[in-house]
Amino acid sequence: MKILYFAWLRERLNRGEEEVSPPAEVATVADLIDWLATRDEAFALAVEKRSLIKAAVDAKLVAHTAPIAGAKVVALFPR
Amino acid sequence: MAVRVSPDPFDPGAETNAFLAAGQGAGAAVTFTGVVRSRPDDPITALTLECYPELAVNQLASIVDRAKTRFGLLAATVIHRYGTLAPGEPIVQVMTLSPHREAAFKGAEFLMDYLKTDAPFWKQETGPGGTHWVEAKAEDDVAKARWE
Repeated sequence: MKILYFAWLRERLNRGEEEVSPPAEVATVADLIDWLATRDEAFALAVEKRSLIKAAVDAKLVAHTAPIAGAKVVALFPR
Repeated sequence: MAVRVSPDPFDPGAETNAFLAAGQGAGAAVTFTGVVRSRPDDPITALTLECYPELAVNQLASIVDRAKTRFGLLAATVIHRYGTLAPGEPIVQVMTLSPHREAAFKGAEFLMDYLKTDAPFWKQETGPGGTHWVEAKAEDDVAKARWE
């Protein structure tokens, strides 16, 4: 799965995209953010205030509760 | 096309004329053009709009469909630029066409209010003090909420 980052989130992480393979128990956008935060301290700090982060799955805006099963691209970006 | 997201400059007058030419039978057209603002007390030298184009097109198309249905518009178009722009350059153009003016005005306002909050564009201003990201404004959420 490809993750895209935009605006200040992209700048803070110093990357615009990355390929990841989350484990099967990572089922939603919120799970994905939690999982990414466990791998990367910079990410954890950047998304500390989750309400500032919006998400899209395959170019459709979604809530953090949305499933990510089968998603090709998940985008994370500031409000 | 009802939605165009592009780094290319556009000519607001030419876009308006093309939009009007396609609108046979309409009694009212409203056009709004947003331009890069630089005030004497808050000057900027450039505005960079970062964008996720695929999501922007999806979001804007959805907003245009909602506006057309809600206000009975005959046509609606949104043009939005991204990339680095200079003060005075057009950023966005919203155009609505309807049988009567009230729907055309309300449709254009609705489109702008939703666009400001729901479309994935992020602004970075460059001025004498450096470069900074423009934060989302609470008043934009308030403006959108009046339609809900």
